[in-house]
This record gives sequence, structure tokens and C-alpha cells, in this order.
Amino acid sequence: MKLFTDFTRGLFRENPIFRLLLGMCPTLAVTTSLENALGMGLASTFVLVCSNVVISLLRNVIPSAVRIPCFIVVIATFVTVVDLLMQAYAPALAASLGIFIPLIVVNCIILGRAEAFASKNPVIYSIADGIGMGIGFTVALAIIASMREFLGAGSITVWGDIALKGIHNKTMVLFVLPAGGFISLGLIIGFINHIQALAARAKGGVAPLPLEMDCRHCNICKFGK
Amino acid sequence: MKPENQPELYIISSSPHTHEGSSVERIMLDVLIALAPAFAASLYFFKLDALRLTGTCVATCLIAEWLCRKAMKRESSIRDLSAVVTGVLLAFNLPPSLPTWMAVAGSLFAITICKQIFGGLGYNVFNPALAARAFMLISFTGAMTHWSSSDWAASLASGAADAATGATPLGLIKEAVKTGASIPHFSTATIMKLASGNINGCLGETSALALLLGGAYLLYRKVITWHIPTAYIGTVFIYACILHMVSPATSALPHMHLLSGGLIIGAFFMATDMVTSPVTKKGMLIFGVGCGIITMLIRTVKTGSYPEGVSFAILLMNAITPLINRGCRNRVFGTKS
Repeated sequence: MKLFTDFTRGLFRENPIFRLLLGMCPTLAVTTSLENALGMGLASTFVLVCSNVVISLLRNVIPSAVRIPCFIVVIATFVTVVDLLMQAYAPALAASLGIFIPLIVVNCIILGRAEAFASKNPVIYSIADGIGMGIGFTVALAIIASMREFLGAGSITVWGDIALKGIHNKTMVLFVLPAGGFISLGLIIGFINHIQALAARAKGGVAPLPLEMDCRHCNICKFGK
Repeated sequence: MKPENQPELYIISSSPHTHEGSSVERIMLDVLIALAPAFAASLYFFKLDALRLTGTCVATCLIAEWLCRKAMKRESSIRDLSAVVTGVLLAFNLPPSLPTWMAVAGSLFAITICKQIFGGLGYNVFNPALAARAFMLISFTGAMTHWSSSDWAASLASGAADAATGATPLGLIKEAVKTGASIPHFSTATIMKLASGNINGCLGETSALALLLGGAYLLYRKVITWHIPTAYIGTVFIYACILHMVSPATSALPHMHLLSGGLIIGAFFMATDMVTSPVTKKGMLIFGVGCGIITMLIRTVKTGSYPEGVSFAILLMNAITPLINRGCRNRVFGTKS
């Protein structure tokens, strides 16, 4: 049961983008097309699951005082693996994602899950958490990217196979520019918050804030204690 | 029930106790009246296109406003006429040949994204009409910089469309600045056209005389004060004079800068928007000078790509309006400095 809860946590209840607001830089930067969003999401998921496994295995070995550098070394290793794999087998995707693949190293979600979950839980739960968070991140990116690509480019194309013909000559270029990223993200988050508030009100309560947005569940400031 | 033989109860409230009777509706109505001459001029010069775009924008703005308020479960605000003003101002900032669906998209953007999401009239950071114009200029660059009457209007008027096609005066100036050529010479006839409005440009911005008439009405009705328009237009004039004195061959005459583009409509109708401009007189002067400098920078600096900078200048100054307000607080009576 705990395994299932850990898995589903990242999907909706604590979705990294829509609920935790983590990893905003890649979110805003790579969601110009669905293709980029899926590539970014899958690469991040791979890194997230692998780093969760290793950090969980090493959780009793890593000294608490230097844990952040240790996490970064582990994460950077897997990011290098993804970066090289992508350059070898998907050079076009690697070129369009550019600097944002190396920047997965400093993605808040991955470091956040290492700190908040993997360093405190056994391997099996950390895998479930990584997969759930990774899927939640990928789906969230895909939702934003679909909206932006549809409005900004007029059609959605994924690796040339799946193409949704849209509003061909009625495009609004703003939505694939940075300003459109902020507008789309804000609208979607507002919509989700609204749905959540309605659902909570139907049950006779108020929508709770996700736990990770609360200071009690983060110990980064208590460094060296 | 009020007991008998007791004096009538009075409502007691703090000052102010007198009210001049102005209201949001009255102010918006005044702005609409002030825009009437410019609308008449645009009807005369752009014929059916003026009617088509203005009608589309006003109708879309009203529907969007009503739907937003309905969705947010707030009091309906379409009676305060602010959506009509936004629609008219947006339409006046569009080129005559713009397809109708783009006008609809721009109006929706103005009301939903720029106004109602922030909480409605009084809470918006940016002037909705101008923000929508910036959105459209970026999204529909081709259509937003195409200056002639649409095929639709031309066919209805059976080839009698006499609005000139081609570049705008500011476009020609910018082209000359970018290529390093000397500024084209504009004849007195061209300048008269600029004043009357028979020239390429957005629907409502071309006729300087009609806009000045409307501006004078707003000043007379005390809807706006003289500070922002004077500071704005004065700054542009002085900046253009200095440029012209330094290098007469590569800069346009100052009155060209004053009469062409959206300066007049911007200075009187957009920059003076009560919600998005500073509240103190000193702040208004700073606001106007800032708008003028940014406008002239966009118009005359070689590396920029836009020939006209009024809308971006006002939007940028809108963004720092809270800062200006903070820096220009009036001294509270009875306190030290």
C-alpha cells in the first residue's frame, strides 16, 4: 500500500510542476513543442529513478554534513549518461534541447526527491517515488507543451509520426515565445487549483497545500546541525 | 421601526463629505465621446474596415467581460463601459486590413488575460488595449504591419478605396535610419495629410486633429490632467529637435515625429489611463518623460526593428508605475517631509 501511495504521489497530489512548482526553468524553456517536452520528461525520469536508487542505497553511508555534494555527484553521473546517449542516438532532439540536458543536474525535482525521499527510504519505495514523480513531470510538461504548440505553431507533431492538424494559418506566435510560456503555465496552474478547490469544497473542506511546500518537511536550512 | 418622538438617524462617515458626482460610467462615457471625432475620421478614411474592426472588438470585449465575470461569480461589470473603451481603443490600434478573427483573438486577450485575471477594472497592471496590441504585434507581425484597406472593404467599395497603400512615414524613416541613407523628404502636403489623417496607419491614430479635439474634451471634462500628455509630447519634441540639430541629414523633422504614428492617441488616451498611470502630479510628469524617451529610443535607434515605439513605451512605463507612485508620495498633512 505504501508502495502504491509513493507511486501516485507524484502523479497528481504532489505533481512536481503543478503542485510543488519545482523545475520551473526547464518547464518554461523546453515546452515550446510536445517533442521537446517528452524528450525532456523522459530524460529527467531516467535520471530521477537512477539517482533515487543509488542515493537510497548509499543513504547510510553518506555523511549528513556533505550530503548535497554527494547527491550532485550521483545526479551528474546519470545526466552525463543521458546526455551522451541522446547525442549518440537522438542528435536532433539533443540539439533542440541544448543546454537544458546538462542543466538537469540542477533540476530542483531531482535534488528535491533525493533530499526529501530517497535519502530516508529503502530502495523499492525510492524507485516507486522516482517513477511516479517522473511520469508526473513528463505529463505536466506534455500538457503545457501541447497547449503552446497547438496555439503557437498551429499543429502538434511528434517525431513526424503522430501529427494533429490544427488551426494551420491561425497561429499565435506569442505562445511559443517565453511570454507565452508564463501565460500558459499560469493559466493551467490556475485551472488545476480551481478544480482542486471545487473538489475540496464538495467534500466540505479547503484544498490543502502540498506537504513539501511547508518548511517542516525540508531540512536544507538546518545544514550542519 | 423607528420609535416615535425620536430624532431621525443620520449616517455618520469619515471625510470626504462632498462628492462631485463623477462615476466610472461617466468617465468612460466621456472617453467614448472624446474618441468620437477620431472614429468619425477613421470611418471617413477607412470606410467599412473601421466599422468592421471597431464593431468586432467592442462586441468581443463585452462578451468576454460578461463571461469572465460570470465564470468568476462576480458582479457583472459590463455596465461601467470600460470594456467598450478597451474595445474601441484596441480597434483604433489595428491596421485596417486585419482579418476579423485576429481582432477577436486580440480582444479576448485584452479582457481575459490582461484585465479580468488580475481582478478586473482597477487591478490591471497594464493597459489592456495596449497589452493586446503588443500581443498581436508579436503574434501576427505580418498582418499587423500591412497598411492598406482589406480586400473585403475594397470589393464592397468596388475599387473606390482611396486610402494609400505602402509604407507608413515612420516605416520609411526607420528604413532610412537602419540603412544609413538620408531621411526622405516629406512635403507640406504629406504633413497636412498627417494632420487630417488621410495616411497609412492604424484605424484611429492617423487623424491628429480629431484626436486633439478629443483630448481637449477630456481636459475640459477633467477626466485627464495636462501632465502626462504635455510631458510625453514635449519630451518627444525636444528629443527630436536635439536629434535634428545634431544631424539634420539622418533624422526626421520634429513635427514628423509628433504627427505620425500613435503618439497623439497614446499620449491622450493610453498613457493617461487612470488605473495604470501614477497618481501624483510629479509622478505623472516622470511617467510622461519616460514614455517620451523610450518612444524616441525605439523610433530612432538603429539596432531596433520596430518603426514605432509608443505602445511598448507606455507598457514599460506601466510596469514601473508602482515604483513611481512609491517614490512620489505626497507629504501627509502635518508630518515632516
